Amino acid sequence: VPVPEQYEFFIDPNRCIGCQSCVQACGECDTHKGTPMIHLEYVDRSESVQTVPVVCMHCDTPTCAEVCPADAIKRTEDGVVQSARKPRCIACGNCGLACPFGVPRIDLEKQLMMKCDMCYDRSSIGKKPMCATVCPSQALFFGTREEIERLRPHSRPINTFKFGRQTITTKVSMMVPRKAQVTYVDVLSGMHAELPGRCVALTVLAEDPFAHV
Amino acid sequence: MKIDREQISTPPDGKPLGEQPAWRQDFPIDVPQDNYIARRDFTKFLILTSGAFVVGQLVIGAKAIQVQSQSAPEGKQIARLGDLPVGGAITFAYPEAHDTCILLRTDDKTVVAYSQKCTHLSCAVIPDHKSNCLHCPCHEGNFDIATGTPISGPPRRPLPRIVLEQRGDDIWATGVEVRTT
Repeated sequence: VPVPEQYEFFIDPNRCIGCQSCVQACGECDTHKGTPMIHLEYVDRSESVQTVPVVCMHCDTPTCAEVCPADAIKRTEDGVVQSARKPRCIACGNCGLACPFGVPRIDLEKQLMMKCDMCYDRSSIGKKPMCATVCPSQALFFGTREEIERLRPHSRPINTFKFGRQTITTKVSMMVPRKAQVTYVDVLSGMHAELPGRCVALTVLAEDPFAHV
Repeated sequence: MKIDREQISTPPDGKPLGEQPAWRQDFPIDVPQDNYIARRDFTKFLILTSGAFVVGQLVIGAKAIQVQSQSAPEGKQIARLGDLPVGGAITFAYPEAHDTCILLRTDDKTVVAYSQKCTHLSCAVIPDHKSNCLHCPCHEGNFDIATGTPISGPPRRPLPRIVLEQRGDDIWATGVEVRTT
């Protein structure tokens, strides 16, 4: 059963308070018990406590599926990119490396990629995903576009992202300040930067470097 | 961004499906397309599978003819009656070195011999004189000692019976009787 079309997922990083509720709730799900699929990332941990919840954005051109050599990642008719199919996945990790949002997780013990599938068992029967039901500040919001417009008059949803030459349109929307200007992050130079730990530093560019392409 | 119900994902270059390389149609990202089976592919599958069944039947038939045309194996002395006490058992190889068989003395006068391979999945059967049967420990199959017919468990065919001949005190195996019922 497909996820109802009127319901959409909105991420509002401005409202994230880093409480880890979503991580806990995600880990309690029966389909992947004990392993949360949501990532709670720190933007700049030494400078700020700001966190960003990262769920799968469910791209219209899923890069994870494009790079999968085992043909294991599929997208259902409602636009939800599902976790890798167990019999097909070879746990090569291509998807995790290729995903511009860093969403897929590889379980080396199970030799399986698992990722956020918008709680397909819940959302396909009209319930909200786990993370959206527990988020106390509603940084993770699952509802209609009218609802979000009424509730967040100073924000607007965007679902187009640019990573170098790659433009990605997603099913999940990101809430940004209504008047904010769109900036671009220099992901290409970040790809080859060698930094300690899992920390990545990226430069913000004034304009789209590939606008002419 | 939806194209139609069948195809929802867009290729990275954004071009229509007709202009895409063939592998993209063979390995689609969308579930509805991935599950779609063309009538031609289905027919091909049907013909090839039924063809494989026909070839399989011919091979089975040819093998049966080959087995039937084989001459009876030579007799072989396997034991002396005096060495085998009542209730005792001896294993021996007949007709080839790898065909393990079991010789049983059920009472003073009677000796029987069967192939030791269970007719279910070829585990070795062991005599169980208490319940008067040959027991297969793999899947709890049981055969009657007197006839070799299956009593319980998964096996459906009786154990191949070894034809025995008594020459004086010696017991000779002279043939293998494969039975289906």
